[in-house]
Amino acid sequence: MALGNRHLLGLEGVSAQDITLLLDTAESLVEVSRREVKKLPALRGKTVVSFFVENSTRTRTSFEIAAKRLSADAVSIASTSSSMAKGETFEDTARNLAAMSPDCIVVRHPASGAARFLAGVVDCSIINAGDGSHEHPTQALLDLLTIRQRKTCAWKDLVVTIVGDILHSRVARSNLFGLRTLGATVRLAGPPTLLPEQFRQFGAELYYDIGSAVEGADVIMMLRIQHERMAGNFFPTLNEYARYFCLNAEKVARAKPDVIILHPGPINRGIEISSEVADGPYSVIMSQVANGVALRMALLYQLIVPGADGIRGSGVVEPAVTAAPGRAMVA
Amino acid sequence: MAVEVLDSDGVRRALTRIAHEIVERNNGVTDLALVGIHTCGVPLAKRIAEAIARIEGSAPPVGAIDITLYRDDLGRLGATARMEPSDIPFDLQERKVVLVDDVLFTGRTIRAALDALIDFGRPAAVQLAVLIDRGHRELPIRADYVGKNVPTSRSQKVRVELGEHGERDAVWIEEAANGTR
Repeated sequence: MALGNRHLLGLEGVSAQDITLLLDTAESLVEVSRREVKKLPALRGKTVVSFFVENSTRTRTSFEIAAKRLSADAVSIASTSSSMAKGETFEDTARNLAAMSPDCIVVRHPASGAARFLAGVVDCSIINAGDGSHEHPTQALLDLLTIRQRKTCAWKDLVVTIVGDILHSRVARSNLFGLRTLGATVRLAGPPTLLPEQFRQFGAELYYDIGSAVEGADVIMMLRIQHERMAGNFFPTLNEYARYFCLNAEKVARAKPDVIILHPGPINRGIEISSEVADGPYSVIMSQVANGVALRMALLYQLIVPGADGIRGSGVVEPAVTAAPGRAMVA
Repeated sequence: MAVEVLDSDGVRRALTRIAHEIVERNNGVTDLALVGIHTCGVPLAKRIAEAIARIEGSAPPVGAIDITLYRDDLGRLGATARMEPSDIPFDLQERKVVLVDDVLFTGRTIRAALDALIDFGRPAAVQLAVLIDRGHRELPIRADYVGKNVPTSRSQKVRVELGEHGERDAVWIEEAANGTR
C-alpha cells in the first residue's frame, strides 16, 4: 500500500489511514539518526529540489538531511540567490526547475496556495513546506509523531490546546486538520483578533483565555507571533500579549500532570513562551526537531517510490475530490 | 495444494541443531551476536539464542534489521506499507554476526541485509543461518547453517508459520495459483 496521493499540499482531506502510514514509516526510520552510517540507499538516483521563497532554517535543513539520508540528490534554491531576484516569475522559475526532471519539489512560499498552484504547473511530486497562512503539513505530521510517541491513549481521548496567533498560523491549520481527522479534541486559544470564529466549522473549540484553554490538556502547542504576516494592529503591544498569553509555569500547572509542550519554532522567548517552560521538563521541542528528519524521510520515500501495485498514487489532496483519477491535478 | 515439509517438532530440531553448529564453529559464544531479518528472521534469531543459552549457559545478544529500504527491486515492487525499526543494541565492531532468516531463495534479501548490517559498523565476520534453503540463487551467496534443504520449482511458494505469529510452527510448500508466477 502506498499513499493515496502523489503530492502533499496540506493535511485537509488526507485520510487517517495515510497519516498513520506516514507516522508508522517515520517511526521505523527514527533509529537511522543513531547509526554509524546514517544513509539508506532507497532513493538512489532520485532528485529532490528544495525551492524556498521564504526564510527557513529548520524545515529546509530537515528536508535536505532527510533527502540525503535516503541517498537522493538534494538541491536547494533560495529566492534571494535565484533568478527570481532578477525578476523571473515564480511560475517560470518553477517550470525551469521542472524541466530538469526532479522527482520531487519541496516548496515554501509566502503566498497561501502556492504549493497547489505549483502542482498544477509542473509534473513531479510537490511537498508543501509552508505556504503563507495556509498549511504546513510536514510540521503537523512531525507534531503528531511527537505526540504519539509520548501519549499511549487513543487519539479520541487526547485534548490538544493550540495557543497564539491562530489567524496567521499555517502550523495551527495543518495540526487542526490532522488532529481532527485522527479524532482528537482541539482547543484553539488566542486574543479574539487572532482567533477567527470560522474555525468552529473545522471542529475546534475556541477560547479567549489561555488559563481555561489549558485546563486538563494533554498537549499544549504554542505558536510564534508572526510579526511578518501582521498587516494590522491585532493587539496593543507585545508586552500586553505576553502578559495574557505567555505560557509560564503557573499556567502549565493547570494542565494534566503529564502534559507535553510543543512549539514549531522559532521561539520568541518571553513573548509566547517563558524560558523556564521552553527549556523545562515538559518541553518536547527538541524531539520535534529530531522527529522532523524521520518524518520527512518517510514522506519522501512514500511519495517518490511508486506504490506496491507499481502505479504511483494519483490525485491531489483536494478537500472535495479525494480520489481524483489519473493526472487530474495537472489540468 | 500445500505440502507440509516441516512440522513443529521438525522446526524445533532444526533450530537446536543450528544452535549446536553455531557454537561449535565459533568456539562458544564469545564475541558472537545474532541478527534476525524482519519479519520471520527475528523470532527465529531469538529462539536460536535461547537454544544456545541452554547449551552454553549464556545467550548471545540478538538484534533485528529491516531491509526494505535496501532492496534492489524497490523501484519495481514499490513501497511497502510496513517497515519495522532496525535495532542493533550492541557494537558490531569485532563481533562475529550470524544473520538469521526464514527462507533463502534468490539471495537478494541477504545481499540487502549485508549492506544494511555494514551501515551499523564493521563486524569481524558475518555468517548466515536459514530455516529453509529452497535454491534458485541469483547471487553468489550461500548459507553457513541450514535447517532443511527443500528442492522447489520457481513457481512454488514456501510459507513459514511461527508460534510467535499466533500459529503453530510449520513450513509448507504451496503451488502458486494457476501455476503462474
